[in-house]
Amino acid sequence: MVKKILERSYLFLVLAFLYAPIIFVMCLSFAGDGARFSLSGGFSIESYTSIFTSDKTPALLDALKNTMLIAVISSVISTILGTVSAIGMFHLGKKMSKIVNNVNQLPIINSEIVMAVSFMLFFTTLGFPEGYVRLIIGHVTFCTPYVVLAIMPRLYQIDPNIYEAALDLGATPAKALFKIQLPMILPNILSGFVLSFTLSMDDFIITQINKGTSSGIETLSTYIYEDAKLNGLEPFWFSIFTIIFVVVLAVLLVANLRKKTQSVGGKNAK
Amino acid sequence: MNRIKEMTKGAVSFIKGTPQKIKSGLKNFHLTRKVFSYPYILFLLLFVIVPTAMIIVRAFISEGKLSFDNFATFFTDGASLITLGNSMLIGVLTTVICLLVGYPVAFILSKMNSGKVLVMLFVLPMWVNFLIRTLATKALFQAASLPLGLGAVLFCMVYNYLPFMILPLHTTISGIDKSYVEAAQDLGADKVTVFVKTILPLSLPGIISGITMVFIPTISTFAITEFLRGNSDIYLFGDSIYIKFMNNAWGVGAVMSIIMLIMVLISNFFMSKLNDSNDGSQVGARLW
Repeated sequence: MVKKILERSYLFLVLAFLYAPIIFVMCLSFAGDGARFSLSGGFSIESYTSIFTSDKTPALLDALKNTMLIAVISSVISTILGTVSAIGMFHLGKKMSKIVNNVNQLPIINSEIVMAVSFMLFFTTLGFPEGYVRLIIGHVTFCTPYVVLAIMPRLYQIDPNIYEAALDLGATPAKALFKIQLPMILPNILSGFVLSFTLSMDDFIITQINKGTSSGIETLSTYIYEDAKLNGLEPFWFSIFTIIFVVVLAVLLVANLRKKTQSVGGKNAK
Repeated sequence: MNRIKEMTKGAVSFIKGTPQKIKSGLKNFHLTRKVFSYPYILFLLLFVIVPTAMIIVRAFISEGKLSFDNFATFFTDGASLITLGNSMLIGVLTTVICLLVGYPVAFILSKMNSGKVLVMLFVLPMWVNFLIRTLATKALFQAASLPLGLGAVLFCMVYNYLPFMILPLHTTISGIDKSYVEAAQDLGADKVTVFVKTILPLSLPGIISGITMVFIPTISTFAITEFLRGNSDIYLFGDSIYIKFMNNAWGVGAVMSIIMLIMVLISNFFMSKLNDSNDGSQVGARLW
């Protein structure tokens, strides 16, 4: 019994460590009196209203727009490219598919900073236009491998007889692909899409190094970086961090709960 | 990006381990379907192989000629070597602390019935952008008027990467067959012996992958030390690669990138080796 209490309290301590900074920032975001890093000023939502009234509002909205734009475009491209190529890779010969799989993993295992600087070298040497093109190519490159990896295992699991049955019943290969194979891998395509969207939104290093100086493009993470570097942490940011925490945690909780109910349903169907 | 590496690892070993036989039924369509992969193969060649090759070639070019000058510059420059040493030191310290804190967590979680839900709680913070987590740590340190510097950097590294240690450890430990433990007990081993002789060796793949998941990102991040180093001059490998490229010292930056790349490949080699021998069976509790 004592052991159990000790174990629980250890877990609790580590959890407290993991959440302390997050919770602290949430509390700070409600601190009044503009006093930095102190809760003595009482409760206020001043820092939240300042999101809309601050002189940084236009830049912030612009960064948000860029983040979303890049995330949507690159995750859509990655999902399509990843799905098509996963189907293609599944039909490649053994040797070839092993090679492609290994290369596909390189962006995943490589450290981000190395990828970022090699893109920088590549883009400047070949004279790619600065701005969105570079960023989207970069994001698609590190997102697509995850889409492929989300889909490949499912392709191997599907019983090939189902596909053949469709052909026997008179479907053309194209029709069998759209009516049989695609619907069966749809959940994996979706999770690949969500994954690449999240990755693209979350990315900092590759965006920071490849956004270029003249284009003036800032995403949320690079804007936070630049601003915190110049001005330190302003109360304004605490409220934004809090909003981001809440959104991220809510999305994850929903995704996980949904996944749980789905997998239960899947088991019953079998 | 790292967290997903851990989560997709199962998928990778799954693909590798699947017999190719199933596909023979579809032989007739190989010719047409495999064409689908060609655009992506081209894409990979252009945007993965070529940039990586360029970075490697760039390291050997100095003042327009092929030479080893960049390597000579890097390995004779005291400041770069200190950076390399500092990175290693902070990387090792972070990894050791994460392992010492994370192993008991993973071990306790694997014994609990509600372990899977709790794991989620431990993993959730890593989905928040690392910049935000870093700045939150800075706010905490400033509010508590704790000094920035090595301590703050270490705190933030452990805070940022602890979930990457807990997750693979937990998957491995909860995948251990309980009958090994029971067999050891039946044969008269006491608790400590059971742990040292069965659980610890069996969780080795998790330990190795946890170490990689923490060590490599720790030495290659930039921005974390920038906010937390305070008055000390701690630069990590990632920071100095960034600085070298921003200051137009591309050749030396490329040399450092190669060193980083080699470390990544070595650690990945060990990881895949361990995974192959373990059949990659621990796909279990993943967030996605």
